[in-house]
Amino acid sequence: MSKVTDTIAWIDERFPLTKSWETHVSKYYAPKNFNFWYYFGSLALVVLVIQIVTGIFLTMNYKPDGELAFKSVEYIMRDVNWGWLIRYMHSTGASMFFVVVYLHMFRALMYGSYKKPRELLWIFGMFIYLALMAEAFMGYLLPWGQMSFWGAQVIISLFGAIPFGIGDALTLWLRGDYVVSDATLNRFFALHVIAVPLVLVFLVIAHIVALHEVGSNNPDGVDIKKLKDANGVPLDGIPFHPYYTVKDMVGLAVFLIIFFAIVFYAPEMGGYFLEHANYIPADPLKTPEHIAPVWYFTPFYAILRAVPDKLGGVIAMFMAIVVLFFLPWIDRNNVRSIRYRSLAYKGILAAFVIAFIVLGYLGMQQPTPFRTFLSQFCSLVYFGFFVALFFISRNEQTRRVPDRVTH
Amino acid sequence: MATDNVASEGALVSGNVDTKRRRLLTAGVGVVGAVGAIALAGPLISSMSPSARARSAGAPVEVDISKLEPGQRVIVEWRGKPVWVVLRTEELLASLEEVTDELRDAESEDSLQPEFAVNTYRSLKPEIMVMVGVCTHLGCSPSYRPDVAAADLGADWLGGFFCPCHGSKFDIAGRVYKGVPAPTNLEVPPYTFLTDTNILIGADGGNA
Repeated sequence: MSKVTDTIAWIDERFPLTKSWETHVSKYYAPKNFNFWYYFGSLALVVLVIQIVTGIFLTMNYKPDGELAFKSVEYIMRDVNWGWLIRYMHSTGASMFFVVVYLHMFRALMYGSYKKPRELLWIFGMFIYLALMAEAFMGYLLPWGQMSFWGAQVIISLFGAIPFGIGDALTLWLRGDYVVSDATLNRFFALHVIAVPLVLVFLVIAHIVALHEVGSNNPDGVDIKKLKDANGVPLDGIPFHPYYTVKDMVGLAVFLIIFFAIVFYAPEMGGYFLEHANYIPADPLKTPEHIAPVWYFTPFYAILRAVPDKLGGVIAMFMAIVVLFFLPWIDRNNVRSIRYRSLAYKGILAAFVIAFIVLGYLGMQQPTPFRTFLSQFCSLVYFGFFVALFFISRNEQTRRVPDRVTH
Repeated sequence: MATDNVASEGALVSGNVDTKRRRLLTAGVGVVGAVGAIALAGPLISSMSPSARARSAGAPVEVDISKLEPGQRVIVEWRGKPVWVVLRTEELLASLEEVTDELRDAESEDSLQPEFAVNTYRSLKPEIMVMVGVCTHLGCSPSYRPDVAAADLGADWLGGFFCPCHGSKFDIAGRVYKGVPAPTNLEVPPYTFLTDTNILIGADGGNA
């Protein structure tokens, strides 16, 4: 035996190296009909690594202090060797994380990847999404610009809508001061660099372990574990390595071309990835004329604004996220993939996606009476999707799902 | 076999295990551990509340309004928040009576202000407005919009404050309009006139 195999054998006697590799990679049988939509899971993992690595290097020069934070970010941009690259990778990574995750979630919606036996997989995924939103929100405070400050002021004030005096006590506790201040910045830094990333990594592991336990879904929604060959390998399954490692590398190459094109040529993305007002230091006395969250929060922000009541708006906004957790039980149809579902289902899913995108646009704009009306209409469509799905899925005219996957 | 004998005669066989005792010990350690965890959570959670230094930083601030022109606003910082002082013109004051029906809390019954400010002007002196410039919706600082019939606020706009974040509207006394997200009027801080042109914000000087 060679030195390498000797070493592996030595490790295998003490640690399940080969066993883990086989379980999760070389003998993890994934359906052979994965399409374009299946790139986004592995891409999300890559972006997580980019964020952690660039984040570590940013903390080497960043100062979480109300007096120094804004200047330290400019220092990173101007004076630190390659600081601009590291920061733009981190800020672009934040937005691209949401691009990838939204596409990943849409894939799950289309192909019914949240349905039995993948309910827990979906719920872990939703917790990842929540943790990601917390991570992005707290990270956005750190540059201590005008948008950082007023965005945090608004989001923390959301909790103030809770009645019976709990809200005011809670916002005071979250800020650690009577206003968003140095104390708030310092704790957001701690949560952004330690607490939430730890939770995120743990959740990602749980998400992958759950996935590998139940097996991947596919564009046909066919259960490939039903038909196996003599060795117990699914007839429609192919090992993740080398088939999907190679496929994902192609996707990764394309993704990185787009990613670095943004980093080099449009890191601010016209104010969508890094808002213009955030290049003005935080001023607690003056709210910018036009304030809006970063694009990935705007659909929920539009829902918040659509309700002309403080507590009602906050409840609607949180419900818009909470309802997603219950999707596996709201959708009562056994057929997973959109390919075999009714026209009614396709219709409401299309309406849902359009409403989400329109809400995202409206959330970036100044409120006008017409836009408020449109936000209210789209909010109704957003929630209406779940209500309609609950009833439509009960007695839906579906097409017969084949036994084997198609292409 | 010998090993079987050892196992069947030893205390490891389930029949001989004192499960009651085991359960008691496990529960006991569990309860003590939980109490310890809760006792530790107290200080950790409490450490996130405003520190002694943050609590003590709240001294009153003095503002000189002798240079304020009619219709002009000055912003001062008090407890980290913007406080506005506006010298209201006759036209702006006249608008207060006209908008009463469109207000949610015209009489300031559900809003925060010192006793002396529970009136139409929400101030000590009608022409001088002192107000915490923080929207009661989600904490943005509204813009000062004394421009009557502003293009973006409609022909019937009589001057007041407009929050750019979520579109809440207030009249020139900080009273909230109906149909906007803000639930109550803008807060009036305690203040007192040291002289005709000097206001002390953050202390009521026995007015309240």
